[in-house]
Amino acid sequence: MSRPDFATLEVGQVLPAQTMIITRETLVRYAGASGDFNVIHWSARHAQAVGLPDVIAHGNLTMALGARYVTTWAGDPGALVEYGVRFTKPVVVPDTDAGAQVEIVGTIVELGDANKVRVDLTVTCDGQKVLTQARAWIRLP
Amino acid sequence: MPLDTGFVGRVYPATVPYGVCAAKIAEFADAIGDENPAYRDKSAAQALGYSDVIAPPTFANIVTLEAAYAVVHDPALGLDWTRVVHGDQRFVYERPLQAGDEITVVVTVESIRSMAGNDLIVLRGDVDTVKGERALTSYTMLVARSAEAEAESEVQP
Repeated sequence: MSRPDFATLEVGQVLPAQTMIITRETLVRYAGASGDFNVIHWSARHAQAVGLPDVIAHGNLTMALGARYVTTWAGDPGALVEYGVRFTKPVVVPDTDAGAQVEIVGTIVELGDANKVRVDLTVTCDGQKVLTQARAWIRLP
Repeated sequence: MPLDTGFVGRVYPATVPYGVCAAKIAEFADAIGDENPAYRDKSAAQALGYSDVIAPPTFANIVTLEAAYAVVHDPALGLDWTRVVHGDQRFVYERPLQAGDEITVVVTVESIRSMAGNDLIVLRGDVDTVKGERALTSYTMLVARSAEAEAESEVQP
């Protein structure tokens, strides 16, 4: 697996954007895999009863997609030394084949010592930021 | 009523050890659509220097969120869990979790503060192997929305 070369990276560099799809099937799978069976992630009836427009994705699933984006770029998932997000807006997942489209783009904002790189992520759905303060520190070889 | 800041520094007992296994890692990686071979193929993980398949970074949420819920439901703390939402989440990694790890979480109440009528509580979860090796530290901010703030947000468009 190819790894980015620290020496060639520049602050301000924008990494290739990626669109990730969340369908109801994704939510069912994530509920089982994570053990988070909160009803607002699979029942429209319950989601609407608490004022949500429809079923919403687990915040931690959206967080996981951000980690997937940045570790795919880094090559080695163990290169991630720190990763944090703020859950700003829920990702509403309609019961359609298309589901919800989550757009992720990373920007290099800092090059630290010991080949550490800070990548900030912009994570949006329908043009709205769903995560903010999404930042990752990666240690490159 | 604001939460009692006297709870800051309180340490909860370690969770029951959780065994990280290859099948659960693969299930989690499938759920998040992550095709990295290090999550499924031992030799791919070994090529990166690990002894067995490793887990995706947020796999840790399986144990840290459950540990945080135990605190949320602590009657002594008096948090109204029906008003609690996950505000933010951060992990600081020493190394990735991998198949064969047996891990526990020890939760410490890191801070409690009030903002605009909401209670913000930060829980630190130290995730260690049963052999005493630190794998990662989790910082979970929970927001307990006040009844007033909730009523106000309902009338907003």
